[in-house]
Amino acid sequence: MSQPSLISLLIAALFTENFVLVKFLGCCPFLGVSKKTDTALGMGMAVVFIMSLASAFTWCANYFLLSKFNLEYLQTIVFILIIAGLVQFVEMFIKKSMPALYNALGIYLPLITTNCAVLAVTLINVQNSYDFIHSVLYGAFAALGFSLAIILFAGIRETISEKEVPESFRGFPIALVTAGLMAIAFLGFSGFSI
Amino acid sequence: MDKKNSVFLNGILYENPTFVQLLGMCPTLAVTTTLANGFGMGLSATAVLIMSNILISLLRKIIPDKVRIAAYIVIIATFVTIVQMVLQAYVPSLYASLGLFIPLIVVNCIILARAEAFASKNSVFRSALDGLGMGLGFTGALCIISAVREILGQGTILGHTLYGGALKPISIIGMPPGGFITLGVLIAAINFIVSKRKKGGNK
Repeated sequence: MSQPSLISLLIAALFTENFVLVKFLGCCPFLGVSKKTDTALGMGMAVVFIMSLASAFTWCANYFLLSKFNLEYLQTIVFILIIAGLVQFVEMFIKKSMPALYNALGIYLPLITTNCAVLAVTLINVQNSYDFIHSVLYGAFAALGFSLAIILFAGIRETISEKEVPESFRGFPIALVTAGLMAIAFLGFSGFSI
Repeated sequence: MDKKNSVFLNGILYENPTFVQLLGMCPTLAVTTTLANGFGMGLSATAVLIMSNILISLLRKIIPDKVRIAAYIVIIATFVTIVQMVLQAYVPSLYASLGLFIPLIVVNCIILARAEAFASKNSVFRSALDGLGMGLGFTGALCIISAVREILGQGTILGHTLYGGALKPISIIGMPPGGFITLGVLIAAINFIVSKRKKGGNK
């Protein structure tokens, strides 16, 4: 199967098929850790890191193990185990070797296991039968798209928190409506391709 | 007797996973374009939730504390794979329209949250009941959201055309932005009703 060009992959992952606003993947952290731009930035960085690694590892597992032995139906179980193990391992590794980075990302790392964007990107890689390079880059690009959305969203929420919102809409509902308006803006990119 | 009722009702009303706890947002927003999809997703998640709650509750004294999250994930992933195969075999149309979101039930936070918060501490029967209550609460919420979105976004309900096609449907409600906005407005409406009733009770 032919592979898409890297530029079109980047544009798709960032804008036209943005993981959060168009595909609804990774909504929990998107709504949960987006009250401040710094935390959103930390979460975004952690996701970029893990999603690239997860794409690489799951590609290897799928190519060298599952598809060799016709065990594709075990994908979900194997992939989620790889992701959970990877998150644990990365957390321990960073804690030992890069304490500064650990302090910045630390609390977000365990949350990533249940971020559905990570599992989704690994499954999409297999579905589209991307090769190794494309899988890893698609993981990274999709995570960048996630970061873009969450950082913009956090910026808007910071501003909203200072405004007077109707009582029933305070907190979560206004955030959802804001996300909806952002999604309309991202809808403007649809049909855009190189 | 009374206690069992409250375990069951807890999930449907007071601690509704979608409207009150705001868990499991991805499938809630993504698959609720039509009532049939929302209902199918709700039932699939309910099945996984009940089975994983039962098994985790059975194994709660055997699973070592340190690896419990990993063990829960393996158990949940196993049941999700089973549900995925059943759907693929018996309801291929639903399987096709839910697509990627069936394997993603694994990372639905509702299921892991109930495993950790309830099934790991309670008896098998109560855990099953909790799974059923939470699952039905989730299904109910998905049905409400998807019914609103199908009626407004496509002018149909379960595929039947409403109001004779005389009114043009608001297609944006069926598209991704509509998912966020519909859920936001629904939660605001629930907040409004709850606060009105509280004020009424105080008088």
